[in-house]
Amino acid sequence: MVEKIISKFFDIRDSHTIEVYEQHGGYQTIQKVLKKMKPQDVVDEVTKSNLRGLGGAGFPAGRKWSFIPKDNPKPKYLVVNADESEPGTFKDRYVMDHYTHGLLEGMMIAGYAIGANLAFIYIRGEYVRQAERLLEQIEAARNSGYLGKGIFGSKFDFDIVVHRGAGAYICGEETALLESLEGKKGWPRMKPPFPAVEGAFGCPTIVNNVETIAYVPTIMERGGEWFAGIGSEQNGGMRLFGVSGHVEKPGLYELPLGTPLREIIYEHAGGIRNGKKLKAVVPGGSSSPILTQDEIDVKMDYESLAAIGSMLGSAGVIVMDDDTDIVRALHVVMRFYHHESCGQCTPCREGTGWAENIIQRILNDEGETSDLDNLVRIAENIMGNTICPLGDAAALPLRSYVTKFRGDFEARVSKGRKEAA
Amino acid sequence: MSVAFSKRALQKCEQIIEQYPQKQAAMLPVLHLAEKEFGHISLEVEQYVAGLLEVPPVKVHEVVTFYTLFPRERRGKYHFQVCRGLSCDLLGCNNIMRHLKKKLRVKVGGTSKNRRYTLSEVECLGACETSPMMQLNDDYYGKLTTSAVDKIVKGLK
Repeated sequence: MVEKIISKFFDIRDSHTIEVYEQHGGYQTIQKVLKKMKPQDVVDEVTKSNLRGLGGAGFPAGRKWSFIPKDNPKPKYLVVNADESEPGTFKDRYVMDHYTHGLLEGMMIAGYAIGANLAFIYIRGEYVRQAERLLEQIEAARNSGYLGKGIFGSKFDFDIVVHRGAGAYICGEETALLESLEGKKGWPRMKPPFPAVEGAFGCPTIVNNVETIAYVPTIMERGGEWFAGIGSEQNGGMRLFGVSGHVEKPGLYELPLGTPLREIIYEHAGGIRNGKKLKAVVPGGSSSPILTQDEIDVKMDYESLAAIGSMLGSAGVIVMDDDTDIVRALHVVMRFYHHESCGQCTPCREGTGWAENIIQRILNDEGETSDLDNLVRIAENIMGNTICPLGDAAALPLRSYVTKFRGDFEARVSKGRKEAA
Repeated sequence: MSVAFSKRALQKCEQIIEQYPQKQAAMLPVLHLAEKEFGHISLEVEQYVAGLLEVPPVKVHEVVTFYTLFPRERRGKYHFQVCRGLSCDLLGCNNIMRHLKKKLRVKVGGTSKNRRYTLSEVECLGACETSPMMQLNDDYYGKLTTSAVDKIVKGLK
């Protein structure tokens, strides 16, 4: 059994306070980094660790940091993406609740590495209690000299602003997030320029997910090689797998990347509820293509899931038992994307609505056999035709539910036709 | 202009603005503050916030109408937001919603006449391990059953 990194703090009383965090070795690493390391050394160590972007895209974190231009005189910013809204995902909430100072220490190290003196935590508006906790603990860190001018007696200035979102899923997309941070509606930007060159307020900016940053202190303490050795190839370390839906023990499980999905569902989450059988699994938040019961021996890392046409995404595993109405489940998913499409690109704005309406029609017993091909066609016309990945995030489940569970959809359509006749 | 922040809120507003490299960046936090102060964001409030941030009122309107957390009408004292995300749907959130509608005698999206309750249906709130769940004002309540809901409603002042 690999030792837990973040989740070991979940069961410690008052683990969110400075005192308890320091009793468990907290804030030692940042001091060592500030004293003994150059920013580039930190970037190199994180690159070595194979830490991936754990918000969902999986981009190597060290490489992202290395894109900050060296000769740009503008201020640099670090932005932590805490706009956790991908259905099936709840890990960042736990990190902020229980590993509060771990996140702050990770931000200090990341800020030092990229040369940022100011950082923002963009937290979803509904996480009121987590925002309060962050504000209170940031204040405590400031009072201890851990934030502000010359942190820990060094020459490095660093401070953190907590910025609450206001209920828009799209703001989890990093350029929409930056627009929102600047006080605008959350419309994604065209790339390039990438945020590392022109991000917040026109300045070089790194946007990282909460969980990604939370692993940084341990990586710097134990070394990049150690972290890389835990996961699978190109997927360093562990991550927080969230399991929800029809399982006996829904919850958050911190396991090495590459842990088989079957083990997560049956060993850690206790298997399917009420002795039922498995029908389908969404492996990485609602945007990831659905898997059938025959596909769960896949290793949960970015490359293994891509190889079978799905994705690890946010590692939010949603389990469906064999009584699940797949047509209804897809309706719930498409209603979500239609509701959350920002409306900037026509294929996404219109396509998600058409899909929702067609599935609703099928549920109302008014479906046609041709609807199924139309749903797939809508998905394929959204894919790749939008500014940001929300379009793909809607199209991927749409196509995969209809293709992999075509029998369920056909049965529903013909049942509806019989009832209408 | 008839709406204005209290002295304390105005002070808070200035502190918020100071945190950012640009004034307009304070838009979301100042609107959150305004919602606390005024209960909802009316057109008058939008104009007032525009003045504070030195932007045209349309920039504020654009933001208020884009996001879901800035109510444009007064809500009840207790705002029930039932999650309808995929995990909650799998575990029967529609039963919870049906029960709440009957219990509070409010339609989805509606507010009771005495302004005690507002009932909303919302997208995933990020607490799927506790499905079915809801947010009641600032707090999350998970593993809901109809009897758990009854207890929560009974406990309200």
